Parts: sequence; C-alpha cells; structure tokens
Amino acid sequence: MAAYKPVVVQACPKLGEKITQDTLYWRGYKTPVQIKEFGAINKIDFSPVPPYNYAVTASSRIHIYGRYSQEPIKTFSRFRDAAYCATYRDDGRLLAAGSEDGIIRLFDTGGKAPLRQFEGHAKPVHVVGFLSDKYRIFSGGDDYSSNLWDIPSATEIISYSEHTDYVRCGCASKVNADVFITGSYDHTVKLFDARTKSSVMTIEHSHPVESVLLFPSGGLLVSAGGRYVKVWDVLKGGQLLVSLKNHHKTVTCLCLNSSGQRLLSGSLDRHVKIYSTTSYKVVHSFNYATSILSLALSPEDETIVVGMTNGVLNVKHRKPEEKNEKSQKKRQPAYRTYVKGRTYMPKQEDFCVSKPVKRVLRKYDKLLRSFQSSKALDAVLEPPIMLHTPEVTVAVMQELHRRGTLRSALAGRDEKQVNLLLTFVARRVIEPRFTPVLVTVADMITDIYQPVVGQSAIVDKQFLKLQEAIGKEIDYQEELLEVLGMMDTLFATFTKKRDTCLEENKTNGLTEIIETNRNY
Amino acid sequence: MVSPGALRVVRCGGSAVRGARAVYLLCASGDFVKVYSVNTEETLRLMGGHADLVTGIQLNPHNHMQLYSSSLDGTIKLWDFMDGIPIKTFTVGSKLLALYTPAGAEDSVFVVIPKKGERDTFQLVSVKLTKGAGQDLEAKELSVVLDGVGASMKHIAFGREGAYVASVKDVTLQVYFFKRKLLNRFSLSTVKTKGGDNHFSCIVCHPTEDCIATGHADGKIRLWRNFHHRKEYTYSTLHWHHDIVMDLAFSMEGTRLLSGGVESVLVQWHNESSCQKDFLPRLGSPIEYISMSSDGALCCTLHTDNRITIINSNLRFSRSIQGLIKSRDVKTGLVVDPRTKALVLNGEPGHLQFYSLQSDQQLFSLDIVQRQYIHQAGLKQSDLVKVAFSAQGTWLATVEESEEVADPELQLKLWFYHEELQSFQLNTRINTPHDNHITDMCFRDMDELGDDSLILVTTGRDCVFKVWVMVGDTDPEAQHSVSWSCDFVGSYHNYQATNCCFSEDGSLLAVSFEETVTVWDSLTWDLKCTFCHPPGNIRNICFGRLTCSKYLIGATDYGFLCCWNLLTCALEWSAHLNVVVLQPDPLSEHIAAVSWLSKESSLFVFKPNEPRPVYIQRNLCKEKILLAAFVPRDEPEMISSEKYLWLRKSQLFFLTDTQELMTLSTKSLEERLTPSSKQLAVEESLPVTPFSLLLGKHRRQQAQEDTDLGKPVIHNKQEQASPAVKELLHTPAHVLPSASFLCTIFINSLLISKENKSAEEVADEVEMESEKAEDDSDEEDVTEMEQEDTSHMELLGEMTCKLSKSQEKELRKIRKTDYSWISAF
Repeated sequence: MAAYKPVVVQACPKLGEKITQDTLYWRGYKTPVQIKEFGAINKIDFSPVPPYNYAVTASSRIHIYGRYSQEPIKTFSRFRDAAYCATYRDDGRLLAAGSEDGIIRLFDTGGKAPLRQFEGHAKPVHVVGFLSDKYRIFSGGDDYSSNLWDIPSATEIISYSEHTDYVRCGCASKVNADVFITGSYDHTVKLFDARTKSSVMTIEHSHPVESVLLFPSGGLLVSAGGRYVKVWDVLKGGQLLVSLKNHHKTVTCLCLNSSGQRLLSGSLDRHVKIYSTTSYKVVHSFNYATSILSLALSPEDETIVVGMTNGVLNVKHRKPEEKNEKSQKKRQPAYRTYVKGRTYMPKQEDFCVSKPVKRVLRKYDKLLRSFQSSKALDAVLEPPIMLHTPEVTVAVMQELHRRGTLRSALAGRDEKQVNLLLTFVARRVIEPRFTPVLVTVADMITDIYQPVVGQSAIVDKQFLKLQEAIGKEIDYQEELLEVLGMMDTLFATFTKKRDTCLEENKTNGLTEIIETNRNY
Repeated sequence: MVSPGALRVVRCGGSAVRGARAVYLLCASGDFVKVYSVNTEETLRLMGGHADLVTGIQLNPHNHMQLYSSSLDGTIKLWDFMDGIPIKTFTVGSKLLALYTPAGAEDSVFVVIPKKGERDTFQLVSVKLTKGAGQDLEAKELSVVLDGVGASMKHIAFGREGAYVASVKDVTLQVYFFKRKLLNRFSLSTVKTKGGDNHFSCIVCHPTEDCIATGHADGKIRLWRNFHHRKEYTYSTLHWHHDIVMDLAFSMEGTRLLSGGVESVLVQWHNESSCQKDFLPRLGSPIEYISMSSDGALCCTLHTDNRITIINSNLRFSRSIQGLIKSRDVKTGLVVDPRTKALVLNGEPGHLQFYSLQSDQQLFSLDIVQRQYIHQAGLKQSDLVKVAFSAQGTWLATVEESEEVADPELQLKLWFYHEELQSFQLNTRINTPHDNHITDMCFRDMDELGDDSLILVTTGRDCVFKVWVMVGDTDPEAQHSVSWSCDFVGSYHNYQATNCCFSEDGSLLAVSFEETVTVWDSLTWDLKCTFCHPPGNIRNICFGRLTCSKYLIGATDYGFLCCWNLLTCALEWSAHLNVVVLQPDPLSEHIAAVSWLSKESSLFVFKPNEPRPVYIQRNLCKEKILLAAFVPRDEPEMISSEKYLWLRKSQLFFLTDTQELMTLSTKSLEERLTPSSKQLAVEESLPVTPFSLLLGKHRRQQAQEDTDLGKPVIHNKQEQASPAVKELLHTPAHVLPSASFLCTIFINSLLISKENKSAEEVADEVEMESEKAEDDSDEEDVTEMEQEDTSHMELLGEMTCKLSKSQEKELRKIRKTDYSWISAF
C-alpha cells in the first residue's frame, strides 16, 4: 500500500552563473561605502592588531580609518610632496612611508611627527616595508636601488643596486628576518638576503612588475605585472608554477585572504578576481567603477577596501551572521525533550505504539488527493503561487489534464476568475517549458467560454491579449526557423570539405529541456 | 536426467479462503491449492493433484482442518491442508465452475455445472458425498437446485445457516428457500438510467440476519430485505464506487460490509448506513476478491496483478504476499540487473520491479514515474517503456511515455545507484528526448574503462538516434557531480531508427534504420558501412561475442535471420526463420532465437560462426513468446551432455504473452524446489509426543538393521531388473526378433552378477557410448521430441547395470535395425 504521491513540479535549472560556496561567501558583503580622497590611492594597509585600523596613502597624506568610520580618525600630513606606501609594523605601533622627495619617514601611530627620517635615496621611494625582526626597514626607490635601514640608529645598513629600472614593489619574508624581495620595472623580481652582499635569486617576470607577494609559508612567490599574475616556487629555485591571465589590463595589486586559501588581484580593467590557491582558477570576481590601484583585505575577511585611480576609496563590510544562533538557542530545550527516551530499547513484553509520521502536503495536493479538481485549480491560481512559482500552477494543470478533469475544473468560473486565468495564460504561454500544457488550457478556455464572448469587456480584452501574444510568438518562431535554415546551409558547406559527407547535425537542442537533480 | 522446458505457473487466480485460527491462508492458484503462512508470508505447502484449473476451495464446515476443492477436471477433493495430503476424491463427471459448502447441509456440497445440451447456461446442483471406504469415490447423486445461474463463484451466496440460496444473473435476483421449497424472483429495470448499469456483479448474504447485499456494474450496492414476500420486498442503496463492484464481504457478526472494485480502495460500511464508512485507499491494483477470516480478525484482498493483501480488522494494511507482479503490458522487456541478478520488468503501473528468481520474490519496486496513479478507465496513463542498465549496474536509464499516440509525453530518466542508500536515485531527467516514440536504448558496456566511457544511445521514430554522455560540473571546488546531455545526433536517409546495439569492445555501434543496418564508429561518429537484406524491416540486431565478435546478426520482418561478417562486410549466411526474439548470451558466444510459426514457438540456439544451430527445441509452448533473457548463473552448472553445454553459464528465461515466466532446465521440478521451508513448517506444527519419539526410534533401528543385512542391495537389483524386462515386453511383437534370439538375453538378465566392481566400470563406458549414440540419433532426426530422449536415455542407463557389454551392444543393434520395411506390408 502506497502513500499519496504529491504532484511533481518540474524545476528548470537556472541559466547563467552557477551558485557555489565561493559566490555565496563573497556575496556576503554589504553595499559599499565610498570615501573620496585627494588623489590616486597607491596603498592601503591594515593594522595587524585589533581594532584593525587601516592606513590609506593618497597624494601627500596618510589617513588612518577605523573599522566603521567614514572620516579618518588620524591624519599624517607632514609631506611636502606625494607620500607612498604607508605600511604598519607587525605590532601595529609603527608606520613607515616613502615619499616623492626620497626620504623615508617612520611614525608612531599615536604621535604626529615622524620619529625617524631615513635619507639616502636620490629619487622617490615607492616601496617601504618592515622586516620580520621589527628593527629593520627595507625600501626601493626610483634610483634603481634597494636599501636596508636600521631603525634605532636611522642609518643605512646596506644598499643593493642590482635592478636596472624603478623598483616599485617589495615584500618581506615572514619566516626569515633577513630575506626580502623587490620587484622592478626591469621585468625582474630579486630576492635579497641581508647577510649577503648581492641578491640570491632573480626571477624573470617578462613584464614590468607592479606587485609581489610571498605566501605565509615563504615557499611560494606571486608576482603581478602586465596582464599576468605568475606564481613561482622559491624553494625550487624560482620555477614557474602557474601563469594566470585573467585580466585584460595591467594587474596593479595582489592580496591574500586571511586563511591563505584565496588570492585576490586588482587591475586597471576595474575587476578584482579571486583565485583558489589550490586549483588557481577564478572562483569569483568583483566589478568596480574605475581602475583599481590598491586593494586590502582585513583579518577574518571582515572588510574589503579598494582604492581607485580617481581617489575613491571603496569599503565593503561583511554582513553579520547572527540570526541562526538565536533560533538555535530557542530550540534547545525542545530538542532535549525530543531526544528524551530515544535510547530506550523496548523489552519483549512491551507493546509498542508507533507514532504516525505526519506528512506535510501543500494545499493543492490535499485537494487533489480528495479529487476536488476545481478547488485545486483555485488554490494554485492564488496570486502568490501564480506570480512567483508559475511552474506549480502549470504542474497542477497538467495533473488535472492527466486525470481528465481539466475541462470541468476550468468551467463554471465568473468574470474575475476567467480574467485571472486568461492573464496567466497570455503571459506564460510563450515560455517554452509551459507551452505544451498552456496551449491545451487556452484551447479549453476558448471552447468553454466561447458562448459568453462579448458580455464582459475585461474578458474580451484578455482574449485579445492572448491572441496578440500567440501571434507574436508565431512570428518569432518563423524567424528562428529562417535563421536555422541559413545556419544549416553554412554547416553543409563546411562538412562538404571532409571526405565523408554524412547527414549529421551536431546539437540541435531546440526542443530539449535538460534538468538536473543534484544530490546535495 | 533431462526434462524439457519445465513450465512454472506464476499466475494466481481463484478464491482465497482462510483457515482456522487465521494462521493459514489458502489460495487456489492455477492447478494447485497453495497454503501460505499469514505471519511469515511464506508458501508452506503446494497441494497438487487436480488435472485442470482449480475453481473453488471451501473449508469443511464440520472439520476446520479439512478443505474441499473443485476443479474443471470434474473432481472434488477433500484435503487435510495441515499436512497437505488428499483424503478423498469424488468424481462428479462434468466441469465444476464453483463450489459451496453451507453449514446447514449435512453431507452434500453444492457445485455449479454447465447444463447439458445448452451452451452458456449453468445450473446449481447439490452433490451427495457418499461415505465410502476408498479414496476415490464416485459422486453421481446430483439434484438440481437452481437453473440459469451465473458461472462465477461470486454470483451465488447461501443465507444464514443454509436456509436459502440467492443467485444473481444479469438483472434478476433469485432466492430459493430450502424448507418451503419456494423460489422468489426479483428483477431490476433493464433501462439504463443516467448511464448507470443495473447488472448484478456479486452477491453475499448476511451471516445472522435475512439480508442480501448485491453489487452492481454501476458501482451501487443494494441491500435487500423482506425477500420472503414476492411483492413487499424492500431494498436500500449504498453508493460510493464509480465503477463495477468486484466483490463484497460481510464481517462475522454482519455489522460491517466490505466492498472493493477497480478503484483499488477497500470500503468498509458500518451498520448498513451510507454515511458511516471507512476507506483503505491506494492498495495498488484493482481488487478482485475479498475474503474474511473465520474469526474476523483479518481480511484479505486478491488483486488483479497477482498479489494478496492481508488487512487487519481495524482496516490497517498488515502485509502482502506477492510474487511476480503481473502488469498490463510488459513493455520494458526482460532485463537482468547486473548487481543483483534479478529480473527487471514492469511491475505496478509506473514502477519497475526487481524479481529475484532464486527466491521467487520481489526484491524491490522502484517508482519511476513518481505520479499518483488514478484507477479509472479511459485515462491516458504514462508508463515505463524502456529500461537499460550499464554494465556494472551503477547507472539505470528509463524511458516513460504516455499512451497518447500522436504526441507522447516522453521522459528519459537516468538513475545512479547510491551505495549508502542501496537504491537508485534520480540523477538527470530529460523532457522530450525525441520528438516521437523511443524504439530502443542501450549503454556502451565497457567494464575496463570505467564510468568516463559510459555512453547511452537512444533511437527514435523521429528518424534520429541520439548519443548521451555524462558531463561533469564546471565548479572545481564542488563535490563531484555529473549530469547527462546530448552529444551527437545521427540520422540515415530520414528512415525511422528501430534498434541499436554496441559491439562487445564498444568501438562500433550498430543502428538499424527500417531496412538497413548502419555501423558507426563510436569515437568519431562516422558511418562505417551499411548492411541490408531486403525485403522487410530489421526487427532485431545483435553483435556476436567473444570469438564471434566479428559477426553481426540481424532478423527481418519477412522471416530471415542474417549473419554479416564485419571484416569482409559481406553476408556470411542467412536462414529462413521468423524470429520474434533474438537474445545473445552475455557470457558465451551463443545466441538464442525464438521463432513463432503456426501457433507454436520454437527455440534455436546457435553460434554466429556456423550456420547450423547448436540446439533446437520445437514446440516450446503454445503461447507466443514475447521476451527472453539470459540470466547468469552464480556458479557454472555441471552439465555432462554436450547438447546442453550452452546452458552451463547462464539460464534462459521466457515470458509469454499470457505473462507466464518459463525457463529451460536440465533438472526436474522436484530437484529444483528446496523443501527446507516445508519441512520446517511440518516439524513446527507437530507436537513431540512420547509416541512419536518411540516411533522414530523404532524406524531408525529398522533402517540400521536393513543396512546391516545388506537388504538394500538385493532390493535394488530387483528394481533395476524389472524395467528391462518391461522394455522387452512393451516393445510391439511385430518388431521384435525371434524368441530364440531373445531367450538367452532374457534369462541372463535375471541372473545376479557376482562382480559388482566390473559392472560399474562397464556401466561408465556404456554411458559414454550411449551419449554418442544419442548424438547419432540427433543427426538422423533433429526434431525428435525431447521427452523421448529422456526416457530413452534413462532406460539405457538402468539396463547397463545388469547387462554385460556384449549383450548391451546386441540389444542396441536390434533397436537400431531398420524395421520400416515391415510397415510396407
């Protein structure tokens, strides 16, 4: 004996982008906050310690923003010309920045005036950074040199002049306090060890290098330049692991997310692409209004901050996920009572009374089960179902047709209901997945209500609408057939070139609606 | 040693009657009466003895351990159904169509027999069962009670304590009172009102009151009262069924009335009022019979699809007894599930049944259509038409279509076997895969290449064949999920595609387009070559296997079986044979072809590399064989005869158009039936008494003594000698050689040979020779009946035990001598 089987509603797969875990994750941000800066934003850096303030370098100023503040909570404006690359130290207490005049300044995040000034570069310094021992600073300048400075004494430790063009990016290793890398417009990335006099490794990127990044493990190196993002294996002596070409303009900035599983790249083509670091495939991408110069992601991926060429700072905050926790808390006592006695094993003399499993049926299913055709049709003609899930309405109509009771269900309706029915049919009859069923329904309605045509202005109007919709669809199909005929002749000329001329046409999937039920 | 085409009836019909204490369920099934256990649903006993269909079974009202059964062969048998032994057989002489044993009648039963001299008229007669001593008795004392009654068992009912009998036919109701010898007739108007049909369909009587309930063809139930009077009778009407009421049954106290019909809903009416009723809906298929147990605790319904449902008194479904479910039309063909080795075919409407051949049970029923089935005439139901399994059984493809001819609502579904759930799960559903009916479907069977090479091909009447492949999901991080989509569409001169088949290695695809077979390369989908054998469309195609994989076999409408060589692209051989079914054995080179010619089906088994068949079985059965399937055996069977070697690895099953499942077996029926369950049941039911213990001890002792004395040896000798003598005596005198020649042999046969050992050796040798001899005879006459062969061989085997080799040879010589010249005289 079988239970009642509910009506099967045919679900069609959604066309377009597929929803994956990644899209869900990266879509979970609120609408962005836009902040206008004075000039192009060349660097954004998050403080590594809570409350995760971030320093934005634009024109001759460094602004420090709090997590949710729209206004800067602090400003460093002691620059005569443009400032570059304001970077936090690991403990978040010191901030170093290069400048157009070639002087590197070191600030205390609490104070205003620079603590130290490092003078030695002859040309603008575009890249500054702390080594992981906290007491040294590396820098790269437009004078082609990469220098290493001692913080306490404010003196230059060593200067490497190996690059043959501007040094525009750099990065220090988190594993080894002596190792740092710089990328230059001479198409190379060089790896320096402070203990040696010259570079230990040179990697040829083959485009001016705009940004470099070391993985937390220190084993992998990512360089961006031109349209390419390249990943190198440092431990294997700088072997190219993968080359990604997903942007159509120069890639300007790179960033890792907090877990290290995703790599983000921003480009002048206004896109931020997110790659999986296991497969190096694009899993998601963001669109922005203007070309992107800088990009940063806060710890725990709470905030994405993007700086543009036109000086707009775009801040996105993550949506809070608190709702689920609340509902779970409410449920707890009920769950405990539910579980009570679950483990009890019935003894031999016990008489077991099984609790009937309650099946939840939709309203139309209940009505169909008791063979109330007209009422079942009424139930699915209610506006919420009819507007949002037309496939349910059509499925019930099909089921009624299968039972042979569609005609009686459609008959005997008043002006308002006929109007509702005709509106639905006229609107949906042209959708390919509904056409076979709705054509029969339209046929029956015209048959049944033919004698009363002309008695109601509203119904007559709907009939005309239906006629119009069908006429349009016929014209459209004719055109499509013409196109198909043209394409067939084109394909035929192609296949003639081959020795075997066969009557075959690949994929004429016009009539197929393929639907997939996945196992979640 | 060999019994031909052992036929097993899986049809279940007739009436069901419950045994005492509601422990046993008795059911007439074909020529047998089956006894089921209510608690375990097992078949406890199969009581055979009738020579024809059993038409009625009734419990003996005076002894609840006994059962009367009537059959079309004109006998009434009295059984002890606890032990399954016949007690008495009464021969009546004419066809018995129904049997009644009312409690009031002392030593007579009532049967329905056809009236002599008139066709299609039947009469109810009472038969006096004589109390003779023997087992076989004549029962010729017939007295006619009612004339012109219906032939069905449901058309007559006996009133309380057997005081009256009521019978219905067409629109008249007759009630006959035994005491007063009064016959009352009541007629309904024949005029059909509002499309209603007044014809009676069934009748029952209230067990305690004077009340008769009748069912009608328009779904009404009428309750008749006060029918002692010709004029002042009354009736009330209960109406729920929308179609014919198939059967009615009163509860033991008469407070409840059960009715059932085509809707497959069991309706329970309380106190004969139409407002109080309960339903047990969705029983699966139309109800044919309803029967109550004698204590009223259970009731059971018999369904049209070969199933019995047991229902509690509070109208709760309890359990069901089912074998092979009979569906309206087996469109899917017989398919073997590679995983369970079960036979897969249409079951309930919209379901696929997995039927285990070993246990004669339904393993499970897979819901394919997943729609509520409405039991109503004239509806366009959609049903399963094609099924295909992949080689490992991990994928299942099904096609369902509605019955509409012009615009079939087609769906192709692909199911994946879920290891954890142990069942198939829907993976992909494709609406309208073809514009017209799908004619055939097959997977590319490649074990070694794994799932990636899996390809499905469907052929349709819309003149194309389509190739479906699995496509993986584009999302790299998500779990591995696949779906199916169309890869290639091929056609040939706009002919309808009718059949498709992959070669064993999966490199070639053969698709037949009406008269032509096309062969395609499965890698590039290029047309390789075409074959045809006009006139007539191609009906079946298949590739040869193993050593014969270079051959392609095809059968045409005009009765030709052709074999093409794929290497030379030429016709190898062809034979004139009207082939209905062409079935290759998956484990050997053999191919079975079943032909249908002049009302009999014949079986031919051949290898494609030689045009001579390996095995021929003419006149396999009278019905048309529609489908056949090779089911692989679990372990190869030991078959000594070369002729049956093709049955070694797999077994051949047939399905006829009457939906009987048959097989060819080399063993007799008794050997194949495992008696374990029966014996268990017997031992359980017998209480251990001191007497039985004593008896058992005594018997064991006797057996020991027997072996000690060496009695059995002598015993055997005598038994063996008798058939040889019989053989001599049974041979017609005019073909025997002279008596003087036979005398020595005859006397020698009576002597006891001393050396047992040498005799055995001789026996072995001779047996081998006899096989050769049999082969010789086969060559002489291939169409020889199988049964003759058997008896022939068994006799030879037995005779060798006591005849010496030389004598044996002489005897055979005599038999082989051509005596046809005698007939010339």
